[in-house]
Amino acid sequence: MTAPAQRAELQEIRGPSALGGGVRRFFDLLWLSAVTEFKLGYHGTALGFVWSFVRPLLIFGILLVVFTQVFRLGSEVENYPAMLLLNILLFEFFAQATQQASTSVVVNESMVRKMQFPRLVIPLSVVLTNAMHTGLSLIVVFVFLIAYGVDPVWTWLLLPVILTALGVLTTACAMLLSAIYVRVRDIGILWAVLSTMLFYAAPILYPIEIVHGVFRDLILLNPLTPLFLQTREWIIDPNAEGAIEATSAHPWLLIIPLLIAASVCVAGPLIFNRMAPRVAEEL
Amino acid sequence: MLTVPATETRELAIDVRGVEKTFRIPTQRVETLKERATQLFSRAEYRQLRALRGIDFEVASGEFFGIVGRNGSGKSTLLKLLASIYRADAGSIRIAGRVAPCIELGVGFNVELSARENVALNGVMMGLTPREARSRFDEVIEFAELGEFTEMKLKNYSSGMLVRLGFSLMTHVDAEVLLIDEVLAVGDASFQRKCFDAFARLHAEGRTIVLVTHDMSAVERHCDRALLLEGGRIETIGEPDGVARRYLELNFGRAPAAAPGADSVSHDARVVDAGVADSNGEPASGFAQGEEITLEIVVEALRRLSEPVFGFQIVNADGLLIFAPEPIRLDGRQALAPGERARIRARIGNPLAEGHYYVHCAVGRGSEGQDPLAFRKNAADFVVYGTRGFGGVVALECSAETTVEPAEGSE
Ligand SMILES: Nc1ncnc2c1ncn2[C@@H]1O[C@H](COP(=O)(O)OP(=O)(O)O)[C@@H](O)[C@H]1O
Ligand SMILES: [Mg+2]
Repeated sequence: MTAPAQRAELQEIRGPSALGGGVRRFFDLLWLSAVTEFKLGYHGTALGFVWSFVRPLLIFGILLVVFTQVFRLGSEVENYPAMLLLNILLFEFFAQATQQASTSVVVNESMVRKMQFPRLVIPLSVVLTNAMHTGLSLIVVFVFLIAYGVDPVWTWLLLPVILTALGVLTTACAMLLSAIYVRVRDIGILWAVLSTMLFYAAPILYPIEIVHGVFRDLILLNPLTPLFLQTREWIIDPNAEGAIEATSAHPWLLIIPLLIAASVCVAGPLIFNRMAPRVAEEL
Repeated sequence: MLTVPATETRELAIDVRGVEKTFRIPTQRVETLKERATQLFSRAEYRQLRALRGIDFEVASGEFFGIVGRNGSGKSTLLKLLASIYRADAGSIRIAGRVAPCIELGVGFNVELSARENVALNGVMMGLTPREARSRFDEVIEFAELGEFTEMKLKNYSSGMLVRLGFSLMTHVDAEVLLIDEVLAVGDASFQRKCFDAFARLHAEGRTIVLVTHDMSAVERHCDRALLLEGGRIETIGEPDGVARRYLELNFGRAPAAAPGADSVSHDARVVDAGVADSNGEPASGFAQGEEITLEIVVEALRRLSEPVFGFQIVNADGLLIFAPEPIRLDGRQALAPGERARIRARIGNPLAEGHYYVHCAVGRGSEGQDPLAFRKNAADFVVYGTRGFGGVVALECSAETTVEPAEGSE
């Protein structure tokens, strides 16, 4: 049946941690739980994984009607529907992944309390699952972009840079939120409000050039703003202002959001790492 | 190569030195947001609960090791430290080889997933590759007898099914060290037997098994050595029967064998001897719940006794009368001649709750034994241990199921 026990060396056990337990096992677990979660997300639904792109498309449809028909904003912006669709998709990834990650350690309580495994797998697999959904949708979005008449340019090749930056920021937020949520559940509600704020304070629905004065400065302080500026310049409209052009008058408007992003990227792993060894006993 | 000292020939599977574990329990509950906001910045108040102190022990490779102790004595905490689920505050824990834990109900199951997905995930957590985990699935399911339920979400499983799946999985991951916490309290009798067969097989393969249990008969029967925890410290460690005896003493007070039974003075008859034995006729002092108890009483007639009646009472540690049988008469005889001895053997089914019991014996006369001739208090005593039931004086057969009804007014 099973192989006879082998003799092994005594090895010091140091308890649970964020990583720990071997690189191979970490990635096996991460992949397995992300795929399982991906399948589970559509379990029992009629459309299955089609929802990955139908959902952002529906949100996009609503916003498109509101902003072209009600506010008459879209008609003045080059390729507005294309910009809106891509922006919505990227923001949905950030919002969904961080929101789900925040509760993830608590939701998987029974696993954490009874099994030894690198704790970081939990929030990371949430991010990975959402990345899978987003990846699928991106294919659809690019088909739409071409059909809509957006000219393919070489800067499309820079999309991975944007996706990587967004992925890193999302992952860091996921770590930070899931660690804090174990002790302070209020962070869940707080984050829902905060991410709505980040949504409106970034050039997602509107182009940056229509905002002036203090509000423009505030929007430029949002760490998500440079990502969306760059997305527009590289993918949708080469003549639009990129992150550097938009802040050329005040370079600190670029430096501050980058600093905020950098501190989140440092704080996330640090705080998660501190929480990981004790989380099983605090749940 | 260093030469190994003679005393070191026994290879260790687990080596625990000076381990301490303290839990911090918040003393004040935060209710309002304002309190919480101020608490975020002040140091919260904690009560320290020292769950384990100065824990030192070692388990040899291939040993079957029992951990016993009262509720709250720290058994599960110790097991979770060994399983790397908790981190020790001080001391060192060293383990040789891979560890498979089975803690509380099942292992680290996600109840939203099916058995198939859970076996894959948990198999990898216990150290298998994803491919191995998938290929063991059929064996795991077969052992757990869950063939019809492989695609069902675990939230629809009964607790017995969860334990079966968890236990089955842990025995199929090739771990060198198996840590098991009270699984046997939940499964039914046939699965428990299966568990012990599996233990025997794993033991024979040379795997190390650490079992937390309340079942002293299991400890005596299966363990090579055992450890008794009391209040977070090691109270006894060593031979299983000694540890089991000490556990029973701690739980049920001193054995009254040391306190001789009170005899009524009588010139008619004398209770010579009384004792309890198991179903094989071996003298025994402890019985698992449901295990038949044989009570043997020897009575000597000091003068001619016509139509004597024998009786006994079983009382619990609080002195409550639990049971007295109908009067027992001699089979096929009318009387006892002086000096003759009658041996009464009573077989008692055992639905008793866990606890210490005493037997009073009596000899009487008359249709109902109304005229007492001789009486002996605390003529024998025994202990019943088991995990069935949560309180009371008897352990009734009980199975429960739950349903939820929708709130009134809702559709
Ligand atoms: N996560 C925890 N947080 C706080 N206290 C705990 C925690 N786990 C266990 N304890 C406490 O530690 C003590 C030992 O518990 P446990 O190891 O579960 O005992 P046993 O398994 O022997 O019944 C108990 O007093 C229990 O309340
Ligand atoms: Mg316990």
